[in-house]
Amino acid sequence: MGKTVIRAKNFSHFFGSVPALKNINLDIFQNEIFGIIGPAGSGKSTFLRALNRLNDLIPNSWPEGILEIGGRDVYAPGTSVVELRRRLGMVFATPVPLPRSIFENIVFGARMAGEKNRGRLTELVADCLKKTALWEEVMDRLETSALKLSGGQQQRLCLARILALRPEFIMLDEPTSGLDPISTMKIEETLRKLQAEYTIILVTNNTKQAARVADRTAFFLNGELIEVDTTERIFSAPSDQRTNDYISGKFG
Amino acid sequence: MRIYVDPKIEQRFFRAVLWLFTGVTVFILFFIIFYVLKRGLPVVSLGFLTKNPVEMGKAGGIFSTIVGTVALTLLAILIATPLGVGSAIYLTEYTRENWVTRVIRFGSECLAGIPSIIFGLFGFILFVTKLGLGWSLLSGGLTLAFMILPTIIRTSEEAIQSVPYAYREVSFSLGGTKWQTVTRVVLPSALPGIATGVILGVGRSIGETAAVIFTAGSSLHIPTSLFSSSRTMSVHFYILAREGISMANAYGTAAVLIIAILIINVLAYTLMNKFMRKYC
Amino acid sequence: MTRLERNEKLTRLALLLVAFSAVSILLVITIFIFSEGTPVMFRYGLQKFLFGLDWFPLEKSYGLLPMIIGSLFVTAGALIIGIPFGLACAIVLTEFSSKRLRRLLKPIIELLAGIPSVVYGFMGVVILVPFIRDNLGGPGLSVLAASIILGIMILPTVISISIDSLEAVPRSYREGSIALGATRWQTTRMVMFPAAKSGIIASIILGMGRAIGETMAVIMIAGNAAIIPRSLLDPVRTLTSNIALEMGYAAGEHREALFATGVILFIIIMVLNTIANLTSKRRTP
Repeated sequence: MGKTVIRAKNFSHFFGSVPALKNINLDIFQNEIFGIIGPAGSGKSTFLRALNRLNDLIPNSWPEGILEIGGRDVYAPGTSVVELRRRLGMVFATPVPLPRSIFENIVFGARMAGEKNRGRLTELVADCLKKTALWEEVMDRLETSALKLSGGQQQRLCLARILALRPEFIMLDEPTSGLDPISTMKIEETLRKLQAEYTIILVTNNTKQAARVADRTAFFLNGELIEVDTTERIFSAPSDQRTNDYISGKFG
Repeated sequence: MRIYVDPKIEQRFFRAVLWLFTGVTVFILFFIIFYVLKRGLPVVSLGFLTKNPVEMGKAGGIFSTIVGTVALTLLAILIATPLGVGSAIYLTEYTRENWVTRVIRFGSECLAGIPSIIFGLFGFILFVTKLGLGWSLLSGGLTLAFMILPTIIRTSEEAIQSVPYAYREVSFSLGGTKWQTVTRVVLPSALPGIATGVILGVGRSIGETAAVIFTAGSSLHIPTSLFSSSRTMSVHFYILAREGISMANAYGTAAVLIIAILIINVLAYTLMNKFMRKYC
Repeated sequence: MTRLERNEKLTRLALLLVAFSAVSILLVITIFIFSEGTPVMFRYGLQKFLFGLDWFPLEKSYGLLPMIIGSLFVTAGALIIGIPFGLACAIVLTEFSSKRLRRLLKPIIELLAGIPSVVYGFMGVVILVPFIRDNLGGPGLSVLAASIILGIMILPTVISISIDSLEAVPRSYREGSIALGATRWQTTRMVMFPAAKSGIIASIILGMGRAIGETMAVIMIAGNAAIIPRSLLDPVRTLTSNIALEMGYAAGEHREALFATGVILFIIIMVLNTIANLTSKRRTP
């Protein structure tokens, strides 16, 4: 087990007066793939969006409790949200390539951070595309629109785009929910390779995916953390009946 | 007592009446366009477009009024676009619905409803007299800019709102600030929609008379600076027709005006269609 | 926080200032028109100004009643012509035409809004005025001519806002009505129209505002005599034409009286705007 890099202590998040997350306590360790499973509305996405403070965009919502990354509270006053988000790259459920070229999509974050050197940007693009196994497929058409790529390619592009931020964490919010099995497999392979360098949090509505990829898995239900354990134990001998019911397909 | 009418027959009757009314409306439009073009186009020649008016417009062409129209419109657009787009950005991206946005929207709607003659009066008293700018491109351009501002605000707002929310989330999640998100993601995507609003503003500026005649004046010289008085095509047309200086030249000017308006509308419509296909 | 993040506050403030430009302009216009126009109203006497029948500015006689009534007449006439045509077009476009036809007709009708008002006025002068003079009598330059041309000019306003409000009616209303066996026309009359009522009323009020505010077209075809018209064929002068006709040479108190005319016009327009704003806001989502 690596050292704790993310820690939630009695963390809740409210939308209006409704808590979308209730008293979450959990630790995430360095260089693990941390799976989060649970039915729709269980709070898994809210947890990711609390980490990079994307929830800030929603009116009338606020956090309670403590959420630490590398020992520093994410919601402490004076925190740079921009720097925070660069540390936690996020991939969304539907691939969202920006209406620009493949090249410009990948360097988008770097450009916003002020990088102008063409040579370094070109290097960055090649590096990130290789890591996501997309280089061979698109190396000769980097200037074409990213919207022309297939769904699976688009999602790997989104992954490459956050690698270009040189983040510490990769967060994926049901990244393969709209993809075919082969594209899904490619993404999962990529994640396993990336594990050496990054800590990965994978939210998925596909329990089998968590079983295949994650080192440890947490089960969320109605905004509560039901249990968290090694993936093996969650799927073979869960300690909570509800976890068992969910992974055996009785609901969700 | 009500007489029973078969709803099918009733529908057939009203459908016919409604279509008749619509047909008449479309006919009026085509009639105006064809009437003006039929009488005006024979007058329009290269010389008509490139020569200056002679003897108050009785002879010669309309070159100086074309220059005046273009200069005035350009000026109005240059002033109104940043204000309009900036307002739209604030309303859509930087705030939530509250009393401030309601005040801003109400103000903009009221401004849109103010008759052009009031703008003319206002421009005359403030720019021409009080600020001492005289009848000039600057006075006219500022007045027109104020007039078209609400159009640009409204169309920009609609364009910005139709940019997918996901684009913003992606930009934020990649470490973008709000301003970066607006300038690098939102505005480029909303550009065709914003351009449509600007083009509509151009159309209004070209066709405007009442607000211009009292602020830009009616000099037939080619304007040489922002402080030159200048006559636009609409004003020229009005003076030619009303004072009976030259009917032929009036028709010619009207034909050029109508063609400009047609081009502008087609342009705006094409851009809007392209935009809608992309996002809606 | 990074430098860019600290700048965000400044950006927000700058944009807020820009966003207030429209309101500020409205305010400045109000202040200037009122400060130029109101003194003479009170010096001359508000009652004499509003209800006086004689407009002889050179003899310092500023009775505005003929122009107020003139504006009301041509506006009423414009509405009588514009409402049926405008609503018919709106209904045809939303309820009785195929999608393809709608895509063709809508830009054509929107083009009506793009035609300069001087061109409308000119069409009135060369076609409508002679027609009225030859067939109905009178000078041709008349309430009738102005009403017809203004009726056409307010069509784009009435049509586009009515279309918006008809399209805003939830589809389920229409489908529910059709499913109950109602014809399209019955659905339009009994379901769509009541549901879109407030928006349609707003469209009419805004059309009214356009008619009252229109200047150049009216000057060209209304005849501009500052007397209360006795018939549809009599010439008429509106508030707007009163300003535009004399602004070119007016000075001193005369010019102030023209600004006072602007004040009256301004008040009428603001009242209409506010009513339209309130009606369309009351629309339930």
